[in-house]
Amino acid sequence: MTQTLHAGYVPLVDAAPLIIARALGFAEEEGLDLRLERAASWSMLRDMLDFGQVDAAQMLSVIPVARALGLGGGTVPLEAPMVLALNGETLGLSRRLAVNLDAPFGDALAMGQALGRLQGPLRMGVPFPFSMQTELLHYWLERAAPGVAVSIRTVPPPRMADALQADEIDGFCVGEPWGSHAVEVAGARLLLPGSAIWSQAPEKVLATRAGWCEAQPDAAGCLMRAVWRAGRWLAEPGNLLTAVEVLASPGHLGISADLIEHSLTGRIMVAADGSEARADQFLTFHQGAANFPWRSQAAWIAARLAARFGLDLQTAQDKARACFRSDLYRLHLASAGAALPRSSDKAEGILSQAEQVPATHGSLTLQRNRFFDGAIFDPAAGVR
Amino acid sequence: MTAGLSIIVVEKDRERALRIVDALTEAGDYRITVLSDDAGLARRIAEHRPDVVLIDVASPSRDVLEELTLASGPMERPVAMFVDRSDPGVTRAAIEAGVSAYVVDGLRPERIKPILDAAIARFHMFSRMRTELATTKAALEERKVIDRAKAFVMRAKGLDEGAAYQLIRKTAMDQGKRVVDVAQALIMAAELLK
Repeated sequence: MTQTLHAGYVPLVDAAPLIIARALGFAEEEGLDLRLERAASWSMLRDMLDFGQVDAAQMLSVIPVARALGLGGGTVPLEAPMVLALNGETLGLSRRLAVNLDAPFGDALAMGQALGRLQGPLRMGVPFPFSMQTELLHYWLERAAPGVAVSIRTVPPPRMADALQADEIDGFCVGEPWGSHAVEVAGARLLLPGSAIWSQAPEKVLATRAGWCEAQPDAAGCLMRAVWRAGRWLAEPGNLLTAVEVLASPGHLGISADLIEHSLTGRIMVAADGSEARADQFLTFHQGAANFPWRSQAAWIAARLAARFGLDLQTAQDKARACFRSDLYRLHLASAGAALPRSSDKAEGILSQAEQVPATHGSLTLQRNRFFDGAIFDPAAGVR
Repeated sequence: MTAGLSIIVVEKDRERALRIVDALTEAGDYRITVLSDDAGLARRIAEHRPDVVLIDVASPSRDVLEELTLASGPMERPVAMFVDRSDPGVTRAAIEAGVSAYVVDGLRPERIKPILDAAIARFHMFSRMRTELATTKAALEERKVIDRAKAFVMRAKGLDEGAAYQLIRKTAMDQGKRVVDVAQALIMAAELLK
C-alpha cells in the first residue's frame, strides 16, 4: 500500500537528499509517494511544518534547537530524527574589501587575522538569524578576529549578490549556490568554506513536529530510510552527473548545473577572475555517519545560543539534546544497514583525520572533525 | 480606544498593495504604510515602529522579519508571528490564504482580528486570481497544441478540420489518453519526420 507524505524544502543544493529520494525512486521503493513542496523562505517552510501542510522538512539545524530554547518564531516543538547535510556554506567578502586581504582561501586563522587588520565595522549577511551560517560566522570572528566590530543581518540568499552591490552588506556566510552566485554576479571573493571553521558542522536536518515520528512510525521509518539511501547514492562519485542534471531541472532547484556541480565536488570558483580552489569536506551527505543526529551536535548549538542570549547553559543543552533524536535514527536505520555508533555523543573537534571507531555491529569511520582553532567540545567534559 | 494602530504592508506589486490598503481602510481606522520587499527592509520597518506587519506568506523577505523577533534594545519592540491564543484557526486561515502577520508583543487579539479578517479576504481573492490565470494559460497552451496537431492531420490525410479532430479524439479514447497528449505525440512525430 502506498502512503503519501508531504515534505518541504528550500531550493538549495543541500535539499538534494529529499529531491533524490523522490526522483531516483528511493521513496517509491519504501512504498512512499513522497510529495515535495518548495518554500520561498525558512519562515514559510517553518509555518508549513507547524501547521501540518508538510509532514517533514529540510530545516536549518539551529531552528529546532532555538525553538526548544524559546527563541524565534513558531508554535510547536520540532525535532530532528536525522541530519541531511554537513557544511556546504561559503563565506565571502565584497571585492572592494577583499583586495586588501592577504591570505589564502580556506585558511581560517590567517584569513581572520587579515580581516582584523581591515578598518571595521563589518556588515555580514546571513540567510536566517538561527542558522549554522550565523553560528560559524560568530565562532570564527570571535576567535580569529576578536577586535573587529561586526553586525550580522538577515538577507534572503537570492538577494545576497544584490545586497553586496547595493552596499547594504560587506560580506556574507550563505549556503550554496548563493555564495558562488555572488561571485559571478557581484564580483565577490570567497574566503572560506564553512568546513574550514568546523569540518563537521551539521547544516541541515530532517525536521518533524515533535511526536510525529512516534505517531507515524511506519511513514517516518520509510522516509528516513529513503533519504538515507539517497544520501548514500549522492556520495557515489559515479552518480555525480545524474545528480547534477536531476537537481538542476526547473522542477527542482532550477539553478545552473555548473554551480551545482561545483558544490557537489567541492571545487569552488573563489573569485570573478575564474580562479578555483578545492575545499575539503565541503558538503557531506553520507560519509562518516553524516546522517546520525549526534546529541553532542545539538549541545554545541545550544551552548552557542545560550552564551549569546544569556540562557542557562545546562538547561539549554538538556533541552537541545532531547530534540536531536538519535534514538529514532537507531530505531529506523538499523534495518537499512546504516552503521550505528555505540554512543550518541562524540567529542566534537577531536579528530584531525578520519578514524575507525567501534559501532554496534563492526566498526564505522568518522571523518576528520576539527574546529579551526583546535578547540574540542566534549559534552561529557564541557569545553576543553 | 480603537484608532491609531499602525500597519505596514510589505508588498512589491503596487496594484495588490493598493487593494490591501483599501480593504484595511474599510475595516477600521488605521495608519497604513506600504513598503516594497527589498533593500533594508528590517531597518525601515524598525524605523516605523508598527503594531502589525502584513506580508505575503511566500515572500522570500519574510526571513528578514525574523530578525525583529530578537529586538533587545529598550527602544525596540519585539514582534512575533501572530498566533491568536483564543482562536488558532485564525492563524491557520491566514497562512492558507497566503498572508502572514507579525504583531508587537502585548497587542490584544480582538484588536488584530478585524485587520487579519480583512487581509485574509483580500489575499484569498489574490490566490484565486492567480489560480484562474494559471488555469487559463494552461488551457490556451493545450488549445494551441491541439490546433497544430489538427493542421498536421488535415495535411497528411487530406481531411477537413472536423474529421481531423474526430480522429485525434478517437485515438485518445482508444488509448485511454488525453486529447492533448495524443496531439503532443503527433507534433513530436511530425517534427521528426520533417
